Amino acid sequence: MNGTAEPDVVPEAAADAGSPVVPAVGDNATNGLVNVSEQKYQDAKAFMLQSSTQSGLNLYDHLAELLSNILSKRPGNIVDYFEELSKNVKKERAKASEDYIYDRPEKPNEIANAELETTLFKATDEEMDVAMDDDDAQSPVPNIIELGSHFQSAGMSISTEETYRIYFALKTLADTHPLQTVRFWGKILGLEKNYVIAEVEYREGEEEEDDEEQGDEDKEEDENPEDADDEGEEDELPKSTYKPPPVILKEEKGSGANRKSYFVCNEPGKEWVKLPPVTPEQIASARLIKKYFTGRLDALVVSYPPFPGNETNYLRAQIARISAGTQISPLGFYQFDEEEEEEEGEARENFIENPEFEGVSARELCDSSLGNWVHHVQHILPQGRCSWFNPSQKGDEEFEDEEDEDEKEEPDEPEPEVGPPLLTPISEDAEINGVPPWSVKLSHKFAREIAVAVVRSNLWPGAVAVAKDKMFENLYIGWGHKYSSENYSPPPPPPVMTEHASGPDITEVDDPTVEEEAALRAAQQEALEEEGGEEMEEEEEDD
Amino acid sequence: MDGEDLHLTESYVSSSGLCLSPEQKTALQTSLPILRSQNKFTQVYFWGKIMGVKDDYFIAQGVIRDQLSGRKNFYSLDCASWNLMPQVTDDIRAKSLKVKGRFSGDPSYEFEQIDQVETNGIPSEETIVLREEDRLAAVIEGIIQDGAIAPRGAFTKNAKGVVVNNVNFQGLPPLDAVKLGSYLHLREAVNLPQKSLMEREKLEPAIDFLDPIEEDIPKGSWALQEERGHQVTLRSLYWPGLTAYHIPNTAKFGYCYFGLGEKNNDIPFML
Repeated sequence: MNGTAEPDVVPEAAADAGSPVVPAVGDNATNGLVNVSEQKYQDAKAFMLQSSTQSGLNLYDHLAELLSNILSKRPGNIVDYFEELSKNVKKERAKASEDYIYDRPEKPNEIANAELETTLFKATDEEMDVAMDDDDAQSPVPNIIELGSHFQSAGMSISTEETYRIYFALKTLADTHPLQTVRFWGKILGLEKNYVIAEVEYREGEEEEDDEEQGDEDKEEDENPEDADDEGEEDELPKSTYKPPPVILKEEKGSGANRKSYFVCNEPGKEWVKLPPVTPEQIASARLIKKYFTGRLDALVVSYPPFPGNETNYLRAQIARISAGTQISPLGFYQFDEEEEEEEGEARENFIENPEFEGVSARELCDSSLGNWVHHVQHILPQGRCSWFNPSQKGDEEFEDEEDEDEKEEPDEPEPEVGPPLLTPISEDAEINGVPPWSVKLSHKFAREIAVAVVRSNLWPGAVAVAKDKMFENLYIGWGHKYSSENYSPPPPPPVMTEHASGPDITEVDDPTVEEEAALRAAQQEALEEEGGEEMEEEEEDD
Repeated sequence: MDGEDLHLTESYVSSSGLCLSPEQKTALQTSLPILRSQNKFTQVYFWGKIMGVKDDYFIAQGVIRDQLSGRKNFYSLDCASWNLMPQVTDDIRAKSLKVKGRFSGDPSYEFEQIDQVETNGIPSEETIVLREEDRLAAVIEGIIQDGAIAPRGAFTKNAKGVVVNNVNFQGLPPLDAVKLGSYLHLREAVNLPQKSLMEREKLEPAIDFLDPIEEDIPKGSWALQEERGHQVTLRSLYWPGLTAYHIPNTAKFGYCYFGLGEKNNDIPFML
């Protein structure tokens, strides 16, 4: 190498603006050539050093940085992803200059959520552990972790971690309210948020009354008599003959569709909200509509026919329908209480756990005749209640018109609706479009010895029950809608009101013509003259 | 979902109730690698489960080089042995749109349906016969058309025009991850060629060669939720049971279908 030449530093060859070997001055013949190639080189370099008008970068620096990047990191197959890398280098350069300008971002959602969930993790101290062992009353929350693993075998479940979070949340619920039993009912998915639902039973006598509801009803009734008085004083307005359809009383807490109470929350860790009891009107409406849940309890349900309530009520109605349709247990687990007297005409409502239940093996439970499973929630009648309510019973507050007493010829009393009694086997359920209402099989294909029996509902996709020996449980995870292979059709609007019946008092008649009027007047004159003549004669006679 | 780490990624979709039993996961761990090597796939995915009345179908998807055109679907009744799904012809596609009802669980079952057809203006009845296997293939193709999605940037077209995984994909930033426009359909672009040149100028050809799901009709047929502030879950309302997930700022994404295999045509009433 010539002494005057600048040494080539090999790795930094591209990074450093090192000039190449310049042969010594001396050879005149080669000098010209060298100068030309050097000139070309200088041109090329000058071109590459041109700053871009758009971004202020120049190609030379960019390539230098890119190649040094590649050589230091040495990723594989770089030639295939060369463009990407080039883009990344540009991005990095832009980012570096802005580093000091951005503020610290707000707390991301993840951290806020995690802080909320830390409330779930409450370690119990020693004293409480001892107390729990001594206490006869068991914790109202069942071991849903163990049940969760059965549902996972069944292939319809949430993750173990989420099950744990729900377990902690249920324990929190049990601690804050006086509850006898708590059960994880399931999860209903929504558009913006989901619902986690717990089914609870209060300890006897402990349930709080919904006082607010009662207060509103009283206020309404007070207003009505006042209005009637006002109307009487002013001109008599025509009284409407519209009689609203009779209100079907909702079932009392603890019976029928309101047998259990429900709490919901959007995510474990958030507050549990109690759902109000359901009315038959809401259940009947819920059967006619099909709407997605948004996840916000105060959302309006915009539908036809209009739903009497908001999403809270719609959710409660769907929960009632799903429970009535899909909560099942192995035959023999529950039995009717022998000591209770059976009232005439009334369906048996109450049942107790059978203390002598020996358990049914998974194989027997998978029997395709489905005779080993029974419903333990009452069926909901078309009316919207579990026990028939006769709407034509005389209720003092409901009928304010006096005409009622006259109408003794009330239309025939509606026939009482009957549904299948409690604890009927699921083999009696009706088929849907030729498909059996339940699908049953073992959870494991290869390890049948440890399998549990899995029963999936085809009427409410997402409802599943598992059982083996003495264990059983129900769960629902889904969108909260019934299955139908036909498309949903909203009920048509009611028929158009007919016109007033035509009769002589409203039939249009042509106005009398001038001739007719003249003729009539003439006839009247004649009649008057005749009378006048008669009167005069009478007067003369009197005189 | 990627067949490699199924047991890890399953928890991302299980908030919708989608889950595999431990036995099934074990069987998949064994059978999916075998499937991959037998067919020389570059990647194998566990696609999902279609629930029939008597039995369920498990679906796996293998990819040879191109992620869009090199896809092949397999089905199995027990996660251990896989059968290739039949090709979907136009005839099968048309028939499957008319046949309604649940899958039975038996691949050789034949659906029969009476259809009102007009031939030369005279209405008449025609019986459509469709094998369950064919219907299954057509339904899965339909679900992929409507429901298979991935975050923008996860797949890229390389210089040869082959759609491959993008190794430089770092994940969507959290603000973008909650926008529907950041997710693309994994299908041959339908809406893209119809866009004007001005709109297309802003797109990057290597990444934006797929349709964004924002333009799906009806609007609102995707429910996007941020779970626990950590993961973004998208659920399709058109095909209930299809769940896709993405964890922002990471390269983790995927989708899975656990459902009845029936389209939800009631969406307009339900939204």
